[in-house]
Amino acid sequence: MAEDAGGYIKHHLTNLTFGKHPEDGWGFAENADEIAAMKFWAINVDSMFWSLALGVLFCTVFRIVAKRATSGVPKGTQNAVEMIVDFIDDTTSSIFQHRNTLIAPMALTIFVWVFLMNLMDLVPVDWIPKAAELSGIPYMKVVASTDPNITLGMAFAVFLLIIFFSIKEKGLGGFLKELLCHPFPWYLAPVNLILEGVTLIAKPVSLGLRLFGNLYAGEMIFILIALMYGGILIGVFGGVLQWAWAVFHVLIITLQAFIFAVLTVVYMAQAHDVEEDH
Amino acid sequence: MNITFTLIGQTIAFFVFVAFCWKFIWPFLIAAMRERQQTIADGLEAAAKAQRDLEHAEARAQEIVNEARNEARGIVDDARSQASQMIDNARTDAESERERILKAAQADVAQEVNRAKESLRAEVADLAVLGAERILEASIDRERHDALLERVAAEL
Repeated sequence: MAEDAGGYIKHHLTNLTFGKHPEDGWGFAENADEIAAMKFWAINVDSMFWSLALGVLFCTVFRIVAKRATSGVPKGTQNAVEMIVDFIDDTTSSIFQHRNTLIAPMALTIFVWVFLMNLMDLVPVDWIPKAAELSGIPYMKVVASTDPNITLGMAFAVFLLIIFFSIKEKGLGGFLKELLCHPFPWYLAPVNLILEGVTLIAKPVSLGLRLFGNLYAGEMIFILIALMYGGILIGVFGGVLQWAWAVFHVLIITLQAFIFAVLTVVYMAQAHDVEEDH
Repeated sequence: MNITFTLIGQTIAFFVFVAFCWKFIWPFLIAAMRERQQTIADGLEAAAKAQRDLEHAEARAQEIVNEARNEARGIVDDARSQASQMIDNARTDAESERERILKAAQADVAQEVNRAKESLRAEVADLAVLGAERILEASIDRERHDALLERVAAEL
């Protein structure tokens, strides 16, 4: 496998992409060059599929529990779901003091959804791609949150909400004033705009790239460990390593999902804060 | 790893899932949890109230028992002093009755004795005279010895 290590890694990092090739038109990309040629008008089918599937899983499970929810003694799934909801509710209400019923459910959605996407990282790296290959699908990236499109896509949504709530709470004038008259007086408006603009843009970018970076690195280490499965001795060592890394990774995936949710709530709280003098 | 339309797709998916959670999941779960919280809070409050009521009732019961005990003690004391009073009264009554009866009896006795003395005195004089007559077989001079006889009779 060693001679093919580069190809193995590359294969694992390539998305199943459907898009508009400048010469061949719409279709699935067959290699990395075709993907690169597609530029923007392409969709990572595997990332999108896992992201949607896990999102639907979250909605289905939580919806069933929500419909059956009783105020009596909670059992089984309801208990687990309520623990998560309570945890998110506590966290949200300690950070976000304004009246907005959207924020807490959004934090719940982000936390559980991102956690589920991250959780796919604990499935041994070759299982699903191999199964896909056997059924004729050339590429299959299972962990949606190792795709920057996915993480930045969510961050972009958060960014839109930041702008939406900023304008809604402060008015367009208030929002612009915040961009132009902070931190220096109004006559330094261009400097202010650059500073505040960077702050504003940095929020979604850091949000998306943090999650992507952590998960991408984690996935990479799993792939590198998977490369060790050649000889018996080094294979056993690799197995131990994989187990150890997976245990550590349980912490990372939960933490990253939590950070994404909490930072979103923090940004929303900032968007709601009206006129605070620095 | 270029930025593609996937990003927009994920953004749309994000809004859809968040909206679904917002409308169809969160309110139901939170409502159930709040309701349970309320139920538990009510239960705890009721328990605390029951505890307070119990303490109150216990204090009241203790008060009543104490009252009854004091009352009983009062009654017993009254009865005891009344009884000793009655005994005292009876004793003084009996004492004076005894005194009275004793005095009457002594008076009677004294009277009887006097009466007996009187009759004895009369009889003895006659008897002495008769005896002396018999002994002397002679008639003594009644007139002469009358003073003597009187003296003898008085000695009885």
